[in-house]
Amino acid sequence: MDWGGKDKVSTRDGFGKALLELGETNKDVVVLSADLTESVRAHWFKEKFPERFISHGVAEQDMIGAAAGMALSGKVPFACTFGAFASGRAWDQVRISVAYMDLNVNIAGTHGGISVGADGATHQSLEEVTLMRVLPNMTVVVPGDAEEAFLATKQAAEMPHPVYLRLGREAAPMFKNNPGFTIGKASVMVPGDDLTIVVCGHMVLKAMAAAEELAKKNISARVINLHTPKPIDKETLIKAATETGAVLTVEEHAVAGGMGSAVAEVLVENRPVPMKLMGMKGKFGVSGEPDKLYEFFHLTERYIVEEAEKLIARK
Amino acid sequence: MFKRFNERWEVKKITDITELKKKAIDLRRDTLKMLTKAGSGHTGGSLSVIEIMALLYYQRMNIDNRDPRRKDRDKFILSKGHACPALYAILADLDFFPREELWTLRKLGSRLQGHPQLGLPGVEISSGSLGQGLSISVGMALADRMDDLNTRIYCLMGDGETNEGQVWEAAMTAAHYKLASLCGIIDCNKLQIDGRCCEVMNPGAHAKKWESFRWHVIEADGHDFKELQNAFDEAAAVLDRPQMIIAHTVKGKGISFIENQVAWHGIAPKKDELNKAFAELDKQRKALDG
Ligand SMILES: Cc1ncc(C[n+]2csc(CCOP(=O)(O)OP(=O)(O)O)c2C)c(N)n1
Repeated sequence: MDWGGKDKVSTRDGFGKALLELGETNKDVVVLSADLTESVRAHWFKEKFPERFISHGVAEQDMIGAAAGMALSGKVPFACTFGAFASGRAWDQVRISVAYMDLNVNIAGTHGGISVGADGATHQSLEEVTLMRVLPNMTVVVPGDAEEAFLATKQAAEMPHPVYLRLGREAAPMFKNNPGFTIGKASVMVPGDDLTIVVCGHMVLKAMAAAEELAKKNISARVINLHTPKPIDKETLIKAATETGAVLTVEEHAVAGGMGSAVAEVLVENRPVPMKLMGMKGKFGVSGEPDKLYEFFHLTERYIVEEAEKLIARK
Repeated sequence: MFKRFNERWEVKKITDITELKKKAIDLRRDTLKMLTKAGSGHTGGSLSVIEIMALLYYQRMNIDNRDPRRKDRDKFILSKGHACPALYAILADLDFFPREELWTLRKLGSRLQGHPQLGLPGVEISSGSLGQGLSISVGMALADRMDDLNTRIYCLMGDGETNEGQVWEAAMTAAHYKLASLCGIIDCNKLQIDGRCCEVMNPGAHAKKWESFRWHVIEADGHDFKELQNAFDEAAAVLDRPQMIIAHTVKGKGISFIENQVAWHGIAPKKDELNKAFAELDKQRKALDG
């Protein structure tokens, strides 16, 4: 995808551009939106394909059910709203009407994480990975940049199973070198031997910057972009734990049940090594500018470096 | 009894009301036997929906047991999934799956799950978490309209089920999109689990509510085939909005000691109770044979 030379694009934009392209290539793609059409970046699709766009009102539970009905009738629906409502308000609908029936319903939850900023805790969803990955048949993707979001959206449409896409609000830096993106296959962003940093979403580039800092201290950190917390790429994780002997996870999400927990579940059974889980711990978000919030919740490059050094000492 | 439908929906319909009544008795018999063999399940709410579902399946719907997912079929959405014994009895009778499977209800390895699961031929949705069927029906009606399919979608809910907020979201959506292919039915048996609906959560006037949501509302005796026929005829003639048939029913209908008993919501007849029930059904059948 051509991003017009921009170096910062939000993952929700990546999603919206993919919808537009899917509209052209797949006549079965339909988009449902719960009164947040521009916020979730469904407005481009809506303008171009009004007959395949369903304005659903502020009725998330009904929207998920209707998406299930459309999938049962052969459509490829994308149901879009903020992550807090897609995964929380409509959880039982996702559980029974979508996951249990194993339908090709794609759920796009934008405004994931503290980087939502000023809107505060109600809108900064921190629980989607936990809530969605516990459901059988569900795939959970947390794209790291707009290009990944674009590719994830297109790949999700092709999968005859439910997919949850966790998307961000803020314009975020694009990866310089994208090693390729396939749902379910973790990307090794930086090679390294002394420890592994497993990361997803907006935290990927922060972890890569931390790895550069660590290199200056002669610590070689491997950075794995685990953009698909479910189904989880066990092989890449076990290999990394075996080769580096310590694993740090970093996410803009609750650590309870989140991506880091998913990694821990794999490693504790297969290759236990010292671990540290960074993320949101037992707290709601607060209002503020995204960068100040990352600092406030200790989710910046500096803290990643600190925790990496402490972790290595435990090896 | 008809066994097969052909490609052009030339279903051998049961038009004769006495024949429909006989069918209802047979379906009650199978429903009760399944429940007894399973040892658990929802008796009251399965018996109250028999006539509604019999009329739809044996007289109204275009369905194909050789191709259950045929794109242009009509769809019956059992939103009150706990009434699935009645659905299973009908689907087996219509040869969607072998009749012997009825007696595996709720057993390990059975396709007849305690609440319906997609995958059993003829079952349109997995249900059991109340309040979700109408939304799914809305999605189906929207999709079929996009594809220019001339289908009808029937969604059966319980009156207690309409306590769920999601039902009213779907009510709004269906009216907003003028989904005339959608026909809801409320099995108004006036009981839910904790007691009488008016005491557990008084719904007020069902008809006025749905009317104010811009649905075409029809009230009928849910055990009277003639009234049900008229209701579904009237509904089919409405072209600008969804229709809601408020079917007044008796929970546990047909078996004297089960009728109108809150306690019979979620239990199955024991062997001796089944025999007593069968004796009552035999009498009803004799009366029809005249
Ligand atoms: C979301 C949800 N909450 C609770 C239940 C448990 N439950 C099963 S049946 C029922 C009562 C439903 O009453 P009604 O819809 O009137 O059914 P009927 O009396 O016709 O059996 C309840 C509360 C459920 N299945 N789903």
